[in-house]
Amino acid sequence: MAVRSSAETSLQGAVLPVPYRVRSRVQETSDTWTLELDPLAETVEPRAGQFDMLSAFGVGEVPISTSGDHDGPGPLTHTIRAVGPVTRALCAAGEGTVVGVRGPFGNEWPLAEAAGHDLLVVAGGIGLAPLRPAIRHALAHREDYGALCVLVGARTPRDLLYVHEIERWRSRLDAEVDVIVDAAASGWHGRVGLVTMLIPGAMIDPESAVAFVCGPEIMMTLVVRELMDRGVSPDRIWISMERNMRCGVGHCGHCQLGPVLVCRDGAVFRADEMTPLTGVREL
Amino acid sequence: METLAELIASSPVFAGMTDEDLALIAGCAWNIGFKVDEVLFREGDDADTFYLVRRGRVSLELHTPDRGGIVIDTAEPGDVVGWSWLFPPYHWHYDARAVENVRAIAFDGACLRGKSTEDTRLGYDLMQRFAAVMIDRLKHTRFRLLDVYGGTFVG
Repeated sequence: MAVRSSAETSLQGAVLPVPYRVRSRVQETSDTWTLELDPLAETVEPRAGQFDMLSAFGVGEVPISTSGDHDGPGPLTHTIRAVGPVTRALCAAGEGTVVGVRGPFGNEWPLAEAAGHDLLVVAGGIGLAPLRPAIRHALAHREDYGALCVLVGARTPRDLLYVHEIERWRSRLDAEVDVIVDAAASGWHGRVGLVTMLIPGAMIDPESAVAFVCGPEIMMTLVVRELMDRGVSPDRIWISMERNMRCGVGHCGHCQLGPVLVCRDGAVFRADEMTPLTGVREL
Repeated sequence: METLAELIASSPVFAGMTDEDLALIAGCAWNIGFKVDEVLFREGDDADTFYLVRRGRVSLELHTPDRGGIVIDTAEPGDVVGWSWLFPPYHWHYDARAVENVRAIAFDGACLRGKSTEDTRLGYDLMQRFAAVMIDRLKHTRFRLLDVYGGTFVG
């Protein structure tokens, strides 16, 4: 089926789910699967950082960031963690199953703005999935960036996503890729600790580096704090927010956070714009 | 070739110390190496020696009956391994094992305690430096208690 290159989601694509057939389903961890989907109708190509509303027909719909390659034609890729009925149904969707996709929605990682600067990518847990298209893009256009540093944190080694791909990234001589886990069984040869512990040693120029951060909100809060301690200005730190996105186009208001609608204005935000909103203790 | 005092001075924990203090500390120190999987110390052993990692990685491990060995922390070049030598009963609370070939500087804890008792200014300085290390480790340990990768975040 045709894939339109326009970044604009059509009205129909925003409202009506487009049917996609599951091409492949790969288990990443005990609770996380990656689905590759082929469209059964005309679709819009997503950009790194955007999300789709995925439907398991008869169960419900959830927002999931795209996690595949956006630099060329290929299947739509989503990595999904099974935490509720809809995500469990999507993770169970075998080859040939038809699922619904609305989108893509939201903005993108500012890869063009980061060009010419050192790029630091910090991912926690499944937060690596929304960042993977940006990392792939930076590696494929390596000459566009200064130092490239990818820091990945996970709960345990068993919870690491894309292990083989991380190994390939680590084998490159033109990028620094480091992994750290909260705890590991004896015999683990990597580092143990929170991903924030990797930031002081990252080979970047904090005066000009641009940082992309994605993971659970508490992890991003700690990472932003550590990056600022390192001297990275918050207006050069970008974070991907997750809220209760429902419509995807800023109409329903479920994902409102102060003056912003995360689905429409994000989900990628500058840390200096978002921190005052997420730091509110009482409303 | 760098002297022991110069090597010690190049680590963050001892950075900025006077030459006299570094010479005193170096008098309690020596170079040491550990091969992969070699144990630096074991839980319950007397904490009479601690280490400054120069090269390689050291894992700090706890052993549990049901889960076996669990790596609770790792030490990298520039990190100090162990502070139980500072406080009674001077016993290690975990195992330390070389994950890679390790080059380190070993310190005689009793020797440093003795010098600190004789020179309380040096003792206070050392205590401040090790307190900073402990606070940093405590901060990161508390963050990990938050189980930051848990919850319902789905990406």
